[in-house]
Amino acid sequence: MERDFAGMKAYLIKRILQIIPTLLGITFITLLIIQLAPGNPAALKLQMSAQGQKADSAMSQQIIEQTKKLYGLDKPLPVQYVLWLKRIVTLDFGVSYKDHRKVWDKIAERLPITIQLNVISIFIVYLIAIPCGIYSSTHSAYRSDKLLTLFFFFLYSLPNFWVAVLLIMLLGGGDFWDIFPVYGVSSISAESWPVFQWLMDRLWHLILPVICLSYGGLAYLSRLTRASMLEMIREDYVRTARAKGLSEHVVIFKHAFRNALLPIITLLAFLLPGMFGGSVIIESIFSIPGMGQLGFEAVLSRDYPVIMAITAISALLTLVGLLLSDLLYAALDPRIKLE
Amino acid sequence: MENDKTKAPHTYRQMVWHHFRRKHLAVSGLWVTVFLFVVAIFAPLLANDRPILFSYQSHWYWPVFSGVEKIGPDTWQEMKKDLPFVLQNNIGGRGDFAVWPLVTYSPTEHDLLESLASPSRRHWFGTDDSGRDVLSRMIHGARISLSVGFVAVGIALSIGIFLGALAGYFGGWADMLISRLIEILLTIPTFFLIIAIIAFLPPSIYNIMVVIGVTGWTGVARFVRAEFLKLKQLDFIMASRALGASDNRIIFLHMLPNAMAPVLVSAVFGIAGAILTESSLSFLGFGVPPPTPSWGDILSQSRDYIEFAWWLTVFPGFAIFLSITAYNLVGEGLRDAMDPKLFR
Repeated sequence: MERDFAGMKAYLIKRILQIIPTLLGITFITLLIIQLAPGNPAALKLQMSAQGQKADSAMSQQIIEQTKKLYGLDKPLPVQYVLWLKRIVTLDFGVSYKDHRKVWDKIAERLPITIQLNVISIFIVYLIAIPCGIYSSTHSAYRSDKLLTLFFFFLYSLPNFWVAVLLIMLLGGGDFWDIFPVYGVSSISAESWPVFQWLMDRLWHLILPVICLSYGGLAYLSRLTRASMLEMIREDYVRTARAKGLSEHVVIFKHAFRNALLPIITLLAFLLPGMFGGSVIIESIFSIPGMGQLGFEAVLSRDYPVIMAITAISALLTLVGLLLSDLLYAALDPRIKLE
Repeated sequence: MENDKTKAPHTYRQMVWHHFRRKHLAVSGLWVTVFLFVVAIFAPLLANDRPILFSYQSHWYWPVFSGVEKIGPDTWQEMKKDLPFVLQNNIGGRGDFAVWPLVTYSPTEHDLLESLASPSRRHWFGTDDSGRDVLSRMIHGARISLSVGFVAVGIALSIGIFLGALAGYFGGWADMLISRLIEILLTIPTFFLIIAIIAFLPPSIYNIMVVIGVTGWTGVARFVRAEFLKLKQLDFIMASRALGASDNRIIFLHMLPNAMAPVLVSAVFGIAGAILTESSLSFLGFGVPPPTPSWGDILSQSRDYIEFAWWLTVFPGFAIFLSITAYNLVGEGLRDAMDPKLFR
């Protein structure tokens, strides 16, 4: 046990060292976004007035100067990069063009709702896909496996914005049923409600967005579970377990499934970037005040500091997710060498 | 028996086709893609505001191709009063006739008197808020979807094959660098990155193609790299190197053809992905600039009239779904048909 722990620590350090180049790459690519910005202040000013912002020329001049100073746009790229790194480390992403609030504050207040949304979605994907995958693997010779796979396949091909619009049309007012709210994450007066009522209200608001975010992942995960299970079922130790007369239930769930679960866990982190992309669309359709909507609005108003911060932060979160799932994998599977 | 033997597949291509055609869903997916291709190629003949063939005073004119605004006394608009028809007889003089496209509206032709009309005999799929025919816009929108899909995937393939081959063949620091780059792109939320870049570029379909392609090559590169790592160990590569073949010759003549199977499969899936990305971009308002028709663009209009204009939601959404499903089915069938286990 003691040695295991030491090995784990060494592995952790090694993995953290490994992600450093990736980290540098991510931060560099996010820095390139500001390079896309129109270089001369006049163009930026013009752009801002074209968007109908009430920025008088003195103010926008001030903003431009601030931005130039913040990003060191007059300095060579390597210097800019070092400055940018320094700001990421201190979480100082500057001030939003739009409302002059600190970018980090804006993100910090939006992050929880997006995390809520995605955690619930991922949980639901796993909750549905894993049993279905197991079912498919034990029924791989039957038509029911084919039908289930096909059903998930069609779900996978459904564009989520279309599903969102259809759901709003059918279930959220529109011409048909008015069952679910389609705006925001809480009712107007929800803040003053008791906790339980508030929670139910929140969940009620999240049902449609969560459906839209989760159904697409079902095909992928259930197929992976199926493949992983089929591989395990063919293993000798499963045959041995069967041969010694264990019930099919025990063989599948205790022997095969536990090992089949490993590759599925690793997948968790890879779902994250796609989920965030989905959040951008779904949050803006359902007017959910999360990071996706913030990002979308920032792109619309060319709010560079916010765009850069969101790209950097979501990539870093994904990287942390990757690291965690790797560690989890290593902790669960003794075959993985920790050196 | 004898007959069966002569028909047995010989080449790799025949064997793949032999396995592919037995998958009915994949074959029907292939038919749908062929159908979409035909629609896209012949879009101006399928939906246009002027006749394809107009015989006026025993002269034949081809208004769709020549683009003339008027032949004879009436404008095209006036000639269309008693829609719908395909063949129109005896207009103007005796013996004159006009052959019209299936849909007698161009994608940009608007009629504010008929805005947001529900599906009818005149407008099969209804009209949008500026009175443009939805079916006509969808037919022309197929061109956008397919061209974005193919060009973007073409770009992604070129980058992916090049970098994947470089990493897999040479290994060492090239491999290190490219693998890290792939890892970086995997962690960055691609869709958000695409929106961010698109928003800063001037609106144009070519920018969309390039951005989708440039951000979408990682899958191909990983496949090519993995195949090359495997192939590098094989004897026939060693033999050709011993014979003095150059790196170029080995890469392009010996290794790449053997690595094409997974590349082809991921290219087909990539087309589905690119079509989805393009329609998502158009839906969010970052797509092709108006008035170019695009499926996602029609869908985005539907959000304003969601209470009643179901045709703006259902038809274009289904078109997106259908084309994505078709490409995914073909990709799926191809992957199964190319599975080396089948050839043992």
